[in-house]
Amino acid sequence: MTQKHVIDSTGLAHPTASVVQAPHASRIPAEPGIWILLFGDMTVFSVLFAIYLHQQSLAPAVFTHAQLQLDRTTGVINTIVLLTSSLLVVLATSAAQRGDARRSRRLLFAGAAIGSLFIALKAHEYHSLISSGFTPSSNAFFMYYFVLTGLHLAHVALGLVLLTALAATTRSRPSPTRLVFVEGGACFWHMVDLLWIVIFPLVFLVR
Amino acid sequence: MLTDNTSRISVVWVTLVTLTVGSFALGSSHGLPGLGDQAVGIIIFVIAMFKARLVGLYFMELRTAPTLLRGLFEAFCVALLSLLVMFFLI
Repeated sequence: MTQKHVIDSTGLAHPTASVVQAPHASRIPAEPGIWILLFGDMTVFSVLFAIYLHQQSLAPAVFTHAQLQLDRTTGVINTIVLLTSSLLVVLATSAAQRGDARRSRRLLFAGAAIGSLFIALKAHEYHSLISSGFTPSSNAFFMYYFVLTGLHLAHVALGLVLLTALAATTRSRPSPTRLVFVEGGACFWHMVDLLWIVIFPLVFLVR
Repeated sequence: MLTDNTSRISVVWVTLVTLTVGSFALGSSHGLPGLGDQAVGIIIFVIAMFKARLVGLYFMELRTAPTLLRGLFEAFCVALLSLLVMFFLI
């Protein structure tokens, strides 16, 4: 549910029952500018997905054999990690929209903590592969594997910094401006989740 | 309303996790009876884009966004699925 807020003399926003929007009222999450960034980012990744599949069609045997070296179980666990982190961030955003700063702060920290597991698991995965001699220069598959997952990992790291900064600076009932930052950070984090939802089957499952 | 919203989001999360495990099982097997790797690959891509759409609509709150923004997202999902299937098949 989304609520409108009235602003008191201190500039703080207070949800009021009289202005609660209908559950299906139309509104832009965060602010319009963030969506240009998000769609731009998703488009860049989409082009990389197409390049990956094109390269796979040029050397299917190399890709299929190399794909078998990946740990799919870690991949699926990482998907569940990001989905769970996203769930916590959704609940944190809802709490912020209701003006419950304390709950929002806790949920943002929890979302970031769960999300950081992704980096730990990915570091373990990279270490295992490189220890076994699989590096970006091994073949075309591993080059695209490291480029795609590495670029995504950079987004995860940035998202975690955003979530942690938002959690650390959430002290009181959020102002409307503050709410825009929380929703924007949350949408970026969900985009990171969305991209992994495509990268995981593309690189780990489909052959 | 909070309970309704939390329940809805929880159902979406359970659906996403279930589909993730289903795709994993499908991709880790050697196809379904009567279906080759290509058919399984397309099914996995369709499931992935359905999951991505759920994240957009429910987690990113695009379900209640203005028609233009929601339409852009829906168009992106259709375009990406088409792109994946097209490049997968050629």
